Amino acid sequence: MSPSDPLVKISNLNFTYDKRPILTGINMEIPRGKVVAIMGQSGCGKTTTLRLIGGQLKPTSGEVRVTGQAVHELDADRLYALRRRMGMLFQFGALFTDISVFDNVAFQMREHTDLSEEMIRDLVLLKLNAVGLRGAQNLMPSELSGGMARRVALARAIALDPLLMMYDEPFTGLDPISMGVIGQLIRKLNDALGGSSIIVTHDVQESLQIVDYIYFMSDGKVVAEGTPEQIRASDKAYVHQFVWGEIDGPVPFQYPAAPYREQIYGGAANA
Amino acid sequence: MLDSALSAVRGLGRRVTDRIWRLGFASRFFLMTLVYSGTSFRRFFLTIREIYFTGVLSLIIILVSGLFVGMVLGLQGYDTLQRYGSSEALGILVALSLVRELGPVVAALLFASRAGSAITAEIGLMKATEQLSAMEMMAINPIARVVAPRFWAGVISMPLLAALFSAMGIFGGYLVGVQLIGVDEGSFWSQMQASVDFREDIVNGVIKSAVFGVIVSWIAVFEGYDSEPTAEGVSSATTRTVVTSSLAILAADFILTAFMFRG
Amino acid sequence: MNRMTLDLWVGFFVAIGLGALLFLALKVGNLASASTGETYVVKAKFDNIGGLKVRAPVKSAGVVVGRVADIQFDSNTYEAVVAMAIDGRFKFPRDTFAKIRTSGLLGEQYVGLAVGGDTEMFKAGDVVKKTESAMVLEDLIGQFLFSKAAEGNDKK
Repeated sequence: MSPSDPLVKISNLNFTYDKRPILTGINMEIPRGKVVAIMGQSGCGKTTTLRLIGGQLKPTSGEVRVTGQAVHELDADRLYALRRRMGMLFQFGALFTDISVFDNVAFQMREHTDLSEEMIRDLVLLKLNAVGLRGAQNLMPSELSGGMARRVALARAIALDPLLMMYDEPFTGLDPISMGVIGQLIRKLNDALGGSSIIVTHDVQESLQIVDYIYFMSDGKVVAEGTPEQIRASDKAYVHQFVWGEIDGPVPFQYPAAPYREQIYGGAANA
Repeated sequence: MLDSALSAVRGLGRRVTDRIWRLGFASRFFLMTLVYSGTSFRRFFLTIREIYFTGVLSLIIILVSGLFVGMVLGLQGYDTLQRYGSSEALGILVALSLVRELGPVVAALLFASRAGSAITAEIGLMKATEQLSAMEMMAINPIARVVAPRFWAGVISMPLLAALFSAMGIFGGYLVGVQLIGVDEGSFWSQMQASVDFREDIVNGVIKSAVFGVIVSWIAVFEGYDSEPTAEGVSSATTRTVVTSSLAILAADFILTAFMFRG
Repeated sequence: MNRMTLDLWVGFFVAIGLGALLFLALKVGNLASASTGETYVVKAKFDNIGGLKVRAPVKSAGVVVGRVADIQFDSNTYEAVVAMAIDGRFKFPRDTFAKIRTSGLLGEQYVGLAVGGDTEMFKAGDVVKKTESAMVLEDLIGQFLFSKAAEGNDKK
């Protein structure tokens, strides 16, 4: 495969859970060296897409190809080999709570490499320095703030210099400063590692500043895509509502219910 | 009328098939744990760490309960035996009831509520906070890295804890029987030795506790791994671990006893 | 918790656990007195073994010298064949008497060996010639009543 081929290629991806369609006919491409955002409301299938890329779920039909290999066709050993080249940042960090910050970052190095303990020490400090937390190496995860935990998790995810980074809601629950820090880190690390990144998020303003391309998802379908400029300028009602955070629009404010009048007066009429 | 009867039958059927499905799932999980056990022994430190949490931290409760159970046996046993003028047999009574039954069973029940529930809660919490998912994404099998060491730690700790419980209980019986009540010390020990058989009683007791160790550890890791990844899910899984293991211990005890001490 | 303390605690735990097992085996159980060495099997035929069970002790002069290894029924002679595994350290003359005895009034039954005077000793697989069956309480009472009745008749 040539270097110009996308790192991740998703074609005609369908996924059903308990007979309920979660994803229908997804097509996406993640080019090398780019940061791509997948946006949409909560529950639209963004995280499911990430799990399909990571091989934690199997598609009902269609396929996800990472570096040209169809993920769901890999046997356990090959899948694990592929996952070593992926890094994932979970929504709340998912740090191992029973070991220190240092050990968290060193975890993968100790599991997967034969590096000496001194070498691991240098590498861990390097990674922690990259996220600005070299001084926190001896803390336990319970002693970290939300933003710090997210940064440690980021350092842990890049421990083995992954080709593909995946971020699951990296901005959720952070204050504006931490949010900015994480955003900048994502961009910088992507450019430094020379890989690709996928950000799953519903935080539009933060991600529009750092990404190269955006997919909009709604109800398990891709409804819009484009560069940040195209998205900002988009006149599609759904995208417009989402980007500008309007209360009512294609996504209604009201949860589906019987008409207002009917429910109020209907009840009175029966009484 | 017919409809509601039908739906009741259907509900019953669903409950039964659900249970069986879950049992099948648990058995598959058990096999997976065994298959991925290599890591627990190749990097034995992982297991040692868990032996600390399951075994060492259960020591106090096991030793103290053992002592009290033995002391109660001493009191009650003496009270009954002296009516038949055979209070010298107190040693036999205390030792046999502890080594054959109470040691393995009570130690296993305590172990289930002390260590089993902790294992379930820990694994359940790791699942709820996506630590297991994170491990999977790091190309590390959570069954090999998290589940198997805890399972083996339980299996290794249980017979040792049961032996400690029995030994402590016999010591408790000795304290009450010989030191407090004044049963003859010589006949206490010699009668005990004459009727407690090494293979028949002690080895069988150790086998029992090993089986209980497998059962409790299996249930604990499975409930944790299978728990709903929420706070309520973890707490109900912890309760289920204690209830299911206690029932399973007693049922298995009956079956094992029936096979072992028939003659 | 660092690795050294962890190892220490776990080592301590395993050591006292094994210590407890050893205590159970030696002080509580009979591993110390039971010989793990060689045994030889001698068979004995009894008309009635009463409540004798497999693994019941075989005693001589009150000392345990072996265990009942197996109990079979011989359908030709209608006798019970009791195989006794006797400690290899102890030799018994070939005319030794095997009796089924009861320890105490209601205790366990065991095989008692009353030593004879033969110069030749038992070999593995030999059969004890002289045996005495278990006393059955009902038979004893029956005999007693019978003899009392006989006495009564004589007096008349």
